[in-house]
Amino acid sequence: MIDYELIQLIVIKVIFAFLMVGAIMTMAGYSVLAERKVSAWMQGRVGPNRTVLPLVGYVPVVGSLLKGLGMFQPLADGLKFLFKEEIVPGHVNKFYYYLAPIVALVPALTTMTVLPFGEFVNAEGVTIPLILADLDIGILFVLAVSSLGVYGIVLAGWSSNSKYPFLGGIRSSAQMISYELAMGLSLLPVFLWVSEPNSAVSSLSLVEIVRSQQGSTWLLIVQPISALIFLIALFAETNRLPFDMPESETDLVGGFHTEYGSFKFGIFFVAEYAHIVIGSAIFTLLFLGGWNFLPWMDNPWGADWMGALIGTGWFIIKTISLIFFFIWIRWTLPRFRYDQVMNLGWTKLLPLALANLIFYIFVVTWLDQSNLNLP
Amino acid sequence: MVCSKHPVSAAMFMIISLVGVAALFVLLEAFFLAVLQILVYAGAVMVLFLFIIMLLDVGPDAGKASKMKLVSGLAAAFSISLLIVIFLIIVQDSGWLPEGASWRAVPESSMLTQGGNFVFSTAVKNFGYGLMTKYMLPLQISGFLLLAAMVGVIVLSKKDEKEVG
Repeated sequence: MIDYELIQLIVIKVIFAFLMVGAIMTMAGYSVLAERKVSAWMQGRVGPNRTVLPLVGYVPVVGSLLKGLGMFQPLADGLKFLFKEEIVPGHVNKFYYYLAPIVALVPALTTMTVLPFGEFVNAEGVTIPLILADLDIGILFVLAVSSLGVYGIVLAGWSSNSKYPFLGGIRSSAQMISYELAMGLSLLPVFLWVSEPNSAVSSLSLVEIVRSQQGSTWLLIVQPISALIFLIALFAETNRLPFDMPESETDLVGGFHTEYGSFKFGIFFVAEYAHIVIGSAIFTLLFLGGWNFLPWMDNPWGADWMGALIGTGWFIIKTISLIFFFIWIRWTLPRFRYDQVMNLGWTKLLPLALANLIFYIFVVTWLDQSNLNLP
Repeated sequence: MVCSKHPVSAAMFMIISLVGVAALFVLLEAFFLAVLQILVYAGAVMVLFLFIIMLLDVGPDAGKASKMKLVSGLAAAFSISLLIVIFLIIVQDSGWLPEGASWRAVPESSMLTQGGNFVFSTAVKNFGYGLMTKYMLPLQISGFLLLAAMVGVIVLSKKDEKEVG
């Protein structure tokens, strides 16, 4: 007695999951390329422009264009990581040394299960969000799982048995704990704003948050302070410059991954960029209206599969511009000192997030009350 | 696993067991509790544990002086046998969980303000309503206790600084 429908469902889900992983990993790989290209552009260099596949180079216009854009560079980088000699230093704790890159990558990839990227109205008029698992506490799941990512860095720092990686690991765990608080607090006003009295669906669902921005303002406009705090905390959580304390090259050699080489370093690298891709996607969903067109405007595309496709494309465009913003900041601002990072987190961002929360409690209460008294 | 002498390994096993408890919550359809479990314990508390273990650099020799081995071995044997017994009992006379409908029910706010009972539900709203109405006093008291603990920590850690300057 085999339930074929169940098997079919599982197979489809697995295929979707692989597609999603493929999409995110491709985006992560190409954000590495984007990083190199954008930094080159900002510093007046050319950037990667030599790598090309054997036959593609001879295609008249497209070949040279792809070559100039460095489109095959991520492939070459990945292969380079794979084929490098696997060096394990003698003084490391082997088990945790091997475990750390995996622990760093898995949470980054797990958060994508609750990441909606579009919406589709089928023939019966039922709206289906395009998402792997439509959890009604989506954003909390993202926060919880991404907070596990710190173990990868801590373990890498500790198992290397070497002082610079250890310092990097310690710094990173302190930084992540500090900025998680501000991040969580900055999101509370968003939930307050989105949730309607007596609604059955909780406003912690990412789909619900995006729907609330459909045809009305983006949350960036009504809650600029929340967005700012969330963005800063996102930079800190993804260990991006100006917050890249865990791996600041100038004072910690390479930070937590000093002792890592070849593909294990590659995994750390990809995990960092996967974090950036997913972080940008989440910021887009929360504050930039997700797959909705522009503030105060209905979507100009329909609700059928074509519209869903365009909406998804629009969402990806927003995400990519946010990734560009991440890169732009990296090549513009200098790195903070460690005490400045802690100072900013605890004495500036946290009180600001609390004040922001209290302010929006009053605003939302006032709005709700005036709505109740209206009729 | 429980007997592990190595502090970092022990902390990692504790993280695994906390994530396992979260997985059990997921199987009970209590997604909110599961996420909170990971967010608070695995994501924040255990990071601090690990942080302190690494800072103090406690080696695997730390526990050798005591008779921990015997005690923890006995405890492990006892808990494993207990686990087997409980598992057998559960397997022998367990049915299926009731079907989902009532589990996800969202309470009506009007019902709560007029002193009705809670609907048993794993919906996030239910937790909020419960904490802010029926269980307001325990919530406030636990908040106050946490505040007291925080003030205590500040007093204890600021003591030295006063003597210096």
